[in-house]
Amino acid sequence: MKYVDEFRDPVKAQTLLAEIRLLSARITRTRTRPLQVMEVCGGHTHSIFRYGIQQMLPDEVEFVHGPGCPVCVLPMGRVDDCVALAERAEVIFTTFGDAVRVPGSRKSLLKAKADGADVRIVYSPLDALAIARKNPEREVIFFGLGFETTMPSTAMTVIQARRQDVTNFSLFCNHITIIPTIKAILDSPDLHLDGFLGPGHVSMVIGTTIYDFVARHYRKPITIAGFEPLDVLHALWMVLRQIDEGRCEVENQYGRIVPRHGNPSALAAIQEVYELREFFEWRGLGSIDHSGVRLRESYAAFDAERKFAVPNIRIADPKACQCGEVLKGVIKPYQCKVFGTACTPEVPLGSLMVSSEGACAAYYNYGRLDSPEPAVAAGAPA
Amino acid sequence: MCLGIPGRIVEVTDANDRVAIVDIGGVRRPINICFIVEDGRTPESYVGEWVLVHVGFAMSHLDEAEAARTLELLHELGEAQAEFDAMRQTAPP
Ligand code: SF4
Repeated sequence: MKYVDEFRDPVKAQTLLAEIRLLSARITRTRTRPLQVMEVCGGHTHSIFRYGIQQMLPDEVEFVHGPGCPVCVLPMGRVDDCVALAERAEVIFTTFGDAVRVPGSRKSLLKAKADGADVRIVYSPLDALAIARKNPEREVIFFGLGFETTMPSTAMTVIQARRQDVTNFSLFCNHITIIPTIKAILDSPDLHLDGFLGPGHVSMVIGTTIYDFVARHYRKPITIAGFEPLDVLHALWMVLRQIDEGRCEVENQYGRIVPRHGNPSALAAIQEVYELREFFEWRGLGSIDHSGVRLRESYAAFDAERKFAVPNIRIADPKACQCGEVLKGVIKPYQCKVFGTACTPEVPLGSLMVSSEGACAAYYNYGRLDSPEPAVAAGAPA
Repeated sequence: MCLGIPGRIVEVTDANDRVAIVDIGGVRRPINICFIVEDGRTPESYVGEWVLVHVGFAMSHLDEAEAARTLELLHELGEAQAEFDAMRQTAPP
């Protein structure tokens, strides 16, 4: 309970916790397994760990950490493709800082840079476009990744590149899209989820009505949630209340940022530039149908995959990695055989250790400090 | 990358391309505001407003209290530092 005083409104936090305890006790009275609620977004995972929210909850409520961190699900083969592109003499390879430490089968982008490749960390795809304008004799590639939150920005950058006729700029598109991902999770047989906390900033772009299928077809409650610890508690309480009342609906706890129909001009930019890929490979999860996007034919001149020969080799994840099982919620991070030994945030083996939003890094950084769980589990049979 | 950082629109430098200078925690840099400019309003009319900025684009409006809370949260999560660093490196002097 030691973090509750850090909440913006500790009294409200206590009230919500009391309500959550009441509801979960009532719901689980007639069942044998705990309530499992998945937070889809890595930002929520980070908040849950930073504020020790799981430890505040009664035993019968568990968070399952979803695959919501786009850096975490990047497969090794794609990182190898990045390295291969970056190592071309004519190329300036630009990327968000989050991605440079993800291990490839040979090396990470950071290592490629140390070895002499021209890899530059930028804050915005527009910075990459500016670099292209300044260096007309070089080829500037931007490594586009992320869900719908970043997709409109790279789309608009490509639109500007075409408008300004910057022919030495291209996008290596690794964007993934949230709805097929949630569908794949719901269809996976080894999962027993009771409800979802929906992503906040993805929904700011795509709106809330698009999640109707989760409630209608799959009969699971989903509440779009903000990132403050109080938001997470509030949204969890809303999900539990739905379960308790036997309702399955899309609710919006983050209405101050997320409009019902999303951001129309951002959606238009996505629509203009991207089309669905037939399938996209995820680290640990395998291939998910229609989960990635690529540039449309009309923007082919700005597509790094069409412009350069990208090796595109599928590389199996290292044998010791259990990222897939963690992503599906089958095991907890500390149950992975290499957690904290061969795999640490300093030297990550799997990508869940790379980003602060990855479940393994979160457990490593916060979990061990204030939860007896990992130590106990290490000695317990899996 | 995913969380976004609140900032305040200071001036519009290119109404055509929808570029504005946004003050993000003391760093002033050009940000594209095309996704928040609504039909019937000029880009200039947004000066002084708070927005949530993701990778160089304003993606949503915020009120001031929400902006302050979000900044505090990012600070506590240690989340914004890398983005601030990248932002500083590429901000024009
Ligand atoms: S500890 Fe490392 S290898 Fe194991 S699941 Fe986590 S990130 Fe993957």
